[in-house]
Amino acid sequence: MSTLRVEGLSKEFGGVHAVQDLSFEIREGMVHSIIGPNGAGKTTLLNLLTGVYVPSTGTISLDGRDLTGAPAHRFAAAGIGRTFQNLQIFFNMSALENVMTGRHLREHCGLLSALLRTPQLVRAEHDCREHAHRLLGFVGLGDYADASADSMPYGALKRLEIARALAGDPRLLLLDEPAAGLNPTESMEIGELIRKLSQDGTTVVLVEHNMRLVMGVSDHILVLDYGRKLTEGSAEHVRNDPRVIEAYLGAANTAEGAHA
Amino acid sequence: MSGEWLQFLAGGLTIGAIYALVALGFSIIYNASHVINFAQGEFVMIGGMSAVSFIGTGLPMPLAIVGAVVAAGAVGLLLEWLAVGRARKADVVTLIIITIGASIFLRGLAQLIWDKSIHALPALSGDHPIALFGATVLPQSLWVLGVTVVVVIILSWFFNRTLLGKAMLATSYNRLAAQLVGIEVRQVLLASFGLAAALGAIAGVLIAPITFTSYDIGIMLGLKGFAAAILGGLGSFPGAILGGLLLGLLENLGAGYVSSAYKDVIAFALILAVLFIRPDGILGARKSDRV
Amino acid sequence: MESLAQERATVSERVAPQSRWWAAPRTGGLAVLVLVVALTPAVLANDYFYDVAILVGLNAIVCVGLNLLIGYAGQISLGHAGFFGLGAYGSALLASRYGVPPFAALVASTAAVALLAFVVGRPILRLKGHYLAMATLGLGIIISIVIANEDRLTGGPDGMSVPPFTVFGLPVQGEQTWYWVVGACLVITVWLALNLIESPRGRALRALHTSEVAAEVVGIDSARQKVMVFVVSAVFAAFAGGLTAFYSGFITPGKASFMHSVELVTMVVFGGMASTFGALVGAAVLTVLPQALTVVKEYEMVVLGAVMMVTMIFFPRGTVPTIGDWLRRRPR
Repeated sequence: MSTLRVEGLSKEFGGVHAVQDLSFEIREGMVHSIIGPNGAGKTTLLNLLTGVYVPSTGTISLDGRDLTGAPAHRFAAAGIGRTFQNLQIFFNMSALENVMTGRHLREHCGLLSALLRTPQLVRAEHDCREHAHRLLGFVGLGDYADASADSMPYGALKRLEIARALAGDPRLLLLDEPAAGLNPTESMEIGELIRKLSQDGTTVVLVEHNMRLVMGVSDHILVLDYGRKLTEGSAEHVRNDPRVIEAYLGAANTAEGAHA
Repeated sequence: MSGEWLQFLAGGLTIGAIYALVALGFSIIYNASHVINFAQGEFVMIGGMSAVSFIGTGLPMPLAIVGAVVAAGAVGLLLEWLAVGRARKADVVTLIIITIGASIFLRGLAQLIWDKSIHALPALSGDHPIALFGATVLPQSLWVLGVTVVVVIILSWFFNRTLLGKAMLATSYNRLAAQLVGIEVRQVLLASFGLAAALGAIAGVLIAPITFTSYDIGIMLGLKGFAAAILGGLGSFPGAILGGLLLGLLENLGAGYVSSAYKDVIAFALILAVLFIRPDGILGARKSDRV
Repeated sequence: MESLAQERATVSERVAPQSRWWAAPRTGGLAVLVLVVALTPAVLANDYFYDVAILVGLNAIVCVGLNLLIGYAGQISLGHAGFFGLGAYGSALLASRYGVPPFAALVASTAAVALLAFVVGRPILRLKGHYLAMATLGLGIIISIVIANEDRLTGGPDGMSVPPFTVFGLPVQGEQTWYWVVGACLVITVWLALNLIESPRGRALRALHTSEVAAEVVGIDSARQKVMVFVVSAVFAAFAGGLTAFYSGFITPGKASFMHSVELVTMVVFGGMASTFGALVGAAVLTVLPQALTVVKEYEMVVLGAVMMVTMIFFPRGTVPTIGDWLRRRPR
């Protein structure tokens, strides 16, 4: 049972508390969402959960293993993958190479074997390439394999990041606003992708503003406000919580929220 | 014994003041454009060599100095306008190569315009050493220190009281905000290069009577001025001064008491030490990283 | 606004295929290089030309390694001549003072430089941008000052002589023999570099060049990868330095100087960042150019400086990639 446990997590930047005293659990196999208005600390939280930021206080542990303060590549090695809100695609590579890079941890490539291009390496590269092709197909980017990443449209790049994150066979996948900048059709496709991933056994954590997507796909929602936990629970629970409704869905939506 | 120590102190402060002027030039340009101007040392060379030429044409000393400073300032403006300014959006490696290329270019030009030999500039008030508290000090050293103090005072007046100076400070804090309030960033950049070049030239004119000048003195002086700027905190003006004086003192004391052959190593060992331990330097602000 | 299906339909129009031009650099490009090395002697009229060709080859070996660091990994070193000089002096000292067989001396001094680069690499590569440039510059200059000052060991500013080169007792003498030795070393160097680039480690380097955060997040230990490529490039430099020492029979501290480091970096950026063959072109052009300019030696610095500025302002990616882009964009 893989569990990501966060206790008393805080992060401050020179006096500004981006995240304060957060404690929660992410349980295996479910789709979790983290919502909250801009500035609520969602991306900061994601950066903390992937080792990009070091917490000011608190602990992060995966299956009981303490990951607090570890460098980001150690979080990745523990089985956590992520995408970025502001696309961190490797623009100097093709789509296929981007996904193959995502598989770095599974490759175990020593310096000597790289320099000498040993037969084992050649075989491993072949397998890596096949796996990457399959993943591109999975996210619907099969035709882009050899395309240079800097020639691809925005929607494709968002899916490419997901493919790259999946290449490392993560147990836990953190998606930072995967639907940002996408039209309703594309957002629906992202939702389907997330559901497919969850069915395949990947735990998905979603940071999102798109409420239709969030409500449609989440098993569990965590609501943040000013870096603190406001509430958490099922989609139903959160939809009807008056504090949440007031803070994010707007006071005017109270009636609609109650009927949803 | 204390006389010897004072001797090293005096010498160290003198060369330290020169490093401080060069370091100020680095910091001014870095603040305005985030470029490390590897050609900074060449402004020192241009100052000294031009002064020699102007004196050679019969011009009186004060005019020769003014001419040298103006000449260097013009070169600085040209450097920004023709080279650095055109590549402002480039990455660090590109900018570094451009300014290194500029320094090589300027040195090559100097070699053509002048020659490869060493030239002397007459001291401002003679060569008779003065006895001061047990040490013998060249009058030129006193000029160096005195002029540096005056320059620093004028600079702080400039940055705090004049519109252009304040605009330059504002641009260094936040370029976008400066543009939004109507500051012409282009002008600020040009002014920065011109000012840095002028400072370098002043240093060159001051030190030439003591250490002589030639077409290639710029390299080491530039690198050491940069070491001083990093030591004090790149971008900090008080830091540049403190760094320069400190470097000059350490170098001289090291040369006197440890080994004179390895004098130059001190500056670079300091660079490494500062960069490894506290990259922001003594007076630089500790930056908190925000992704 | 399109859906996924519509996007796929227009993919073939919008997608720019990656360098189909160069087929596989590892096989096609390498074959071309072997041909060039094999056929060049046909145009080398006398020993002087052989000498220039050998110098090109030696510089190229350093540049291929340096390009891995600067072009692919996106770091910078303004002190690589220091590694070159250490390789040169190390080989010379071991061979002349301690009677070590020349080839063994070459290998040993290269290994020593690798160790130094490894030890110094980690703290230095924590720095970025200008700070990294200055730290490598400082390191290089300290090395060159030490070499110049320790005159009892190194002969000081006047340099020291180097015993002739032998490999397992076989003497390597004469421009022609040296040409083939250097040529073979160059081909091997390029082969190693291309292998590295097309391996997972090569992708890791290119990744951390573009986005260190994203690289870390897929599990790339960027600090370790940077040190690795730093060591590899130092090894190439030291090896070339040792070969140069044996070839010339004499070395001076100028080989470890800041100016030499600058020349090496210029060759790499002029030829092309992230292009191994660009590095070769850069080394060739900027080795031959000063030779051609010996006639007008006074203009050498002005021309070099101008070349550096013009290249970086107008062709920031270097000449080979820029020409490649231009060729690709022409209507066919």
